[in-house]
Amino acid sequence: MRVISEIEITPTSVVLNGKPIAVETTGEKMLVELYRRFAGDYPKFFKMDTLSRLGFIAAEILLKEPMANSPKPTAIILANRSASIKNDTDYMDTISDGKYYPSPALFVYTLPNIVTGEIAIRYQIQGETSFYILDKPEDLEQILLSTFNIQPSTSALAGWCECSYANTFYAKIQIIWNN
Amino acid sequence: MVYCIGHTIISPLGEGSQANLEAVQAGRSGLKLYTHRFADVEPFCASLFDTPQSFVPLCIKSVEDAITNYQLQITNSKDTVFILSTTKGDNLDLITPAKTIAQHFGNPNAPIVVSNACTSGVCAQITAMRLLEAGLYRHAIVVGCDIQSRFIVSGFQSFKALSPEPCKPFSPDRQGLNLGEAAATIIYSQQPMANSQQPLWTLEAGSIHNDANHLSAPSRTGEGAYQCLKDVMEGITADQIALVGVHGTATMYNDAMETIALERAGLQDVPKSVLKPFFGHTMGAAGVVETILCAMQANKMVNDQMVNDQMVNVIKMLSGFGGVNAAIRLRCE
Repeated sequence: MRVISEIEITPTSVVLNGKPIAVETTGEKMLVELYRRFAGDYPKFFKMDTLSRLGFIAAEILLKEPMANSPKPTAIILANRSASIKNDTDYMDTISDGKYYPSPALFVYTLPNIVTGEIAIRYQIQGETSFYILDKPEDLEQILLSTFNIQPSTSALAGWCECSYANTFYAKIQIIWNN
Repeated sequence: MVYCIGHTIISPLGEGSQANLEAVQAGRSGLKLYTHRFADVEPFCASLFDTPQSFVPLCIKSVEDAITNYQLQITNSKDTVFILSTTKGDNLDLITPAKTIAQHFGNPNAPIVVSNACTSGVCAQITAMRLLEAGLYRHAIVVGCDIQSRFIVSGFQSFKALSPEPCKPFSPDRQGLNLGEAAATIIYSQQPMANSQQPLWTLEAGSIHNDANHLSAPSRTGEGAYQCLKDVMEGITADQIALVGVHGTATMYNDAMETIALERAGLQDVPKSVLKPFFGHTMGAAGVVETILCAMQANKMVNDQMVNDQMVNVIKMLSGFGGVNAAIRLRCE
């Protein structure tokens, strides 16, 4: 397994391959700022929940970097600890006592693997998409090792993508090449 | 290739894989109309436990049933990993129940939760196969479970995806799906059981593909599902397959998509197993429940000499939100 590039996003910082990217805003506003700077042509972004926005932005920045000799990822393998809890909580608000108006637009995001689907659609990746819920980021290593063991020539967008509360998120996502 | 060394199903139709198989063979369905189960929710048809169950105890009961039936003493081993397949876990929490279950059995390893929407039960078996084949563990205990709630039923109702009556997969007048509850466990091992006459089945291949088309509707060409079928059929032909366990949710789009994918893979004439009219859509449990029953149905076909010696393969396929599709191939001899 070889790491081609890596991005780390917190509510106050963005670091691409060890180099910080300057941002003027923080939290969810920062994700919108990054969208305008690195994408801007994909209004579906505004329909997404924060977890999907986070993964989408990470992929957008990683895949925008010119990568010499590196193939487009064929698989998307992401993990976190709290699944889709932030959006689940938002959906819960639409079915609270006395205010029962369940929102289909929110319900679709009550699954953590939706972020892998969003990235797959954006980049037309028809390979594997998988989402795991793990206690800690290190637990993903054995999963990636065993996945690449079966699919030796895979390049994957893989890593941690978590949003537990409003404005509380963390992503550390890599492009990994296994050849 | 990995060996199944034990399994069980606990559903509203019964406890134990055999009891569930007999219920299906007798044409019994767990589907009923519920009018007051959850506050505010419109009446819905589903297969629910008569007494509402708690997630963790139900999972533990399912694992205990599987290990007791087959007299396995592997749960507390460092060579064993727990893999939980669920979409909503214990009231939206997925990792805590997984840890509680592993700890209950004295297992020292970090559990893995597979949350790949409705394909989770098949994806969890693929994860198990990969971990064992990579030599990271000797045994994997795959538990699939979901409990229905106001959260889930209201969401599917808001999507207008629920049928008001028992679902009719692949019928021209199908109206949507029914939800269901179940817990099921499959134990995979690098080796067949020493004291067993024969493996219950072997898991030969698995594949996961995204349609890259839509988050909540399947591809019109069945692309992802077709790619999965093509992958798991590598090295065999359609006339070596006894049975295909389809997803068959009875939504308009799913069943149309699967029909196209099956035809593209040349599987239109292979017998199909469609289990949603008995269990409803048990979400994270569906792939585990349906794999067990398909394998048992195929075993019966072999024993009853309904199929020839070559037809020992079974395919189980699923599709879900996020555009994800998954399939596995078993050998049942």
